[in-house]
Amino acid sequence: MEHIKIHLENITHVYVTKTHAHTAIENVNLEITTGEFISIVGPSGCGKSTILSCIAGLLNPTFGKILIDDIPITKPSSKVGYMLQSDYLFEWRTIYKNTCIGLEIMKQLNEQTMLRAKQLLGELGLGDYKDTYPVQLSGGMRQRAALVRTLVTEPDVLLLDEPFSALDYQNKLKLEDLVSMTLKKHQKTAVLVTHDIAEAIAMSDRIIIMDSNPGRIKEIIIIPQAIRDKLPFDAREAEGFYDIFHKIWKELDVNE
Amino acid sequence: MNNEIHQAFIKQKRKQKIYVFLVQISLLLSLFIAWEVAAYKRWINPLIFSFPSKIWELFVTKLADNSLLPHISITLSETVLGFLLGTLLGTIIATILWWSPFLNRVFEPYLIVLNSMPKIALGPLFIVSLGPGFISIMAMALMITVIITTIVVYTNFKEVNENYIKVIQTFGGRKIDIYTKVILPSSVPTIVSTLKVNVGLAWVGVIVGEFLVAKQGLGYLIIYGFQVFNFTLVMLSILIIACIATLMYQGVYRFEQWLIKDRM
Repeated sequence: MEHIKIHLENITHVYVTKTHAHTAIENVNLEITTGEFISIVGPSGCGKSTILSCIAGLLNPTFGKILIDDIPITKPSSKVGYMLQSDYLFEWRTIYKNTCIGLEIMKQLNEQTMLRAKQLLGELGLGDYKDTYPVQLSGGMRQRAALVRTLVTEPDVLLLDEPFSALDYQNKLKLEDLVSMTLKKHQKTAVLVTHDIAEAIAMSDRIIIMDSNPGRIKEIIIIPQAIRDKLPFDAREAEGFYDIFHKIWKELDVNE
Repeated sequence: MNNEIHQAFIKQKRKQKIYVFLVQISLLLSLFIAWEVAAYKRWINPLIFSFPSKIWELFVTKLADNSLLPHISITLSETVLGFLLGTLLGTIIATILWWSPFLNRVFEPYLIVLNSMPKIALGPLFIVSLGPGFISIMAMALMITVIITTIVVYTNFKEVNENYIKVIQTFGGRKIDIYTKVILPSSVPTIVSTLKVNVGLAWVGVIVGEFLVAKQGLGYLIIYGFQVFNFTLVMLSILIIACIATLMYQGVYRFEQWLIKDRM
């Protein structure tokens, strides 16, 4: 019996502004098991990011609840790490100091965690750059540093909000492999929001296709084991990859 | 090969720099010479504009009988205190406004009124209420610097990218973490640049304050020289102010460069 890590129970969220109320997501139900990699795809405005914000505890859904390890989430928890679209490293801190920001806030900065930060930097090929400032690094390296910043607090769940979209194609493929390997190695559960269908197929175990206005789950696609076992780069060459691609493409096309 | 090209480039740059400096110096010298000659030939009224040579003489005698340094030091300390305190207070008020959106809404119109109002008009009020002395002059300098600092720094606080704040929030950071880890450090360059603006503003406040209080300081020397029609003294004071103000500005500029060198 697989353990259910994240449980979304009938989540509905309504954004209220001065002029009107807008339903971003409606009746979203989802169970994510430990170690699973889920991608959410869908047209813009389908509430993908809203779901992430809710799981992160940054946003309390209007209705419904979210459980992580059977505990309701109402505020950000140390179990959840969040990676944003861009790295948002602090320019005034060195790379190493940037990766320690989460530890500082959680008051977990000690010799052991500092060592872990340095090890992770080394693992992701940034060992020689720990004392440089973000401006001195390329986009790919910065995003890797942001990954270290997220991983170093040892979250069980990783939320990835289009973290590769700001990178050039080559760096994007490299980083996909790296993230995929790192997450598998550390046994993390991950939820990725993306516009890139190929990326979603290459990285995930399951893909959630969303409908917009209001955002609802339209379909869930399970990726075959043969593609899952490969690294994202190789998965793109795997058999059956393009069948899934076309299937999702059509689903999204109908939406437009 | 590359090294040679680089060397030549550096040499060229240095040459240009020296050239600019030489022209600047000779321009200054010729200005003074022209002033001296014009006053001597009565092209300009020497009673009003005096002579550079007489100003220099006065400078030397006043230095010798120690009737200048006390004035310089009082004005200098008022100004330095004025712009440092002004920047500090402005930043603190901006922090309070950022912290409490309610207070921000309440005080917004007051800030607008205070900002658009010529603060110097409040001078007589300060002197009556705070006494004709150091405190009134400080109040003047602060009044001029604090409001604009508050507005500029607060605006900068508000402009910090939401996503940096989100980074802190995802780690469970509270408002104090957001302030100390993002808002304040990312606003350091702005705060330092308001420091630069405040150097100039504090001078305005202090000199006007000294005009009104008329007890001591370079502003007092100017107003005194004006009243007894000793324009050599007025000119001397103005030249001293120009020199010190430039030095102070340079100091803050160096400080700024040193502070942001790591981020470049």
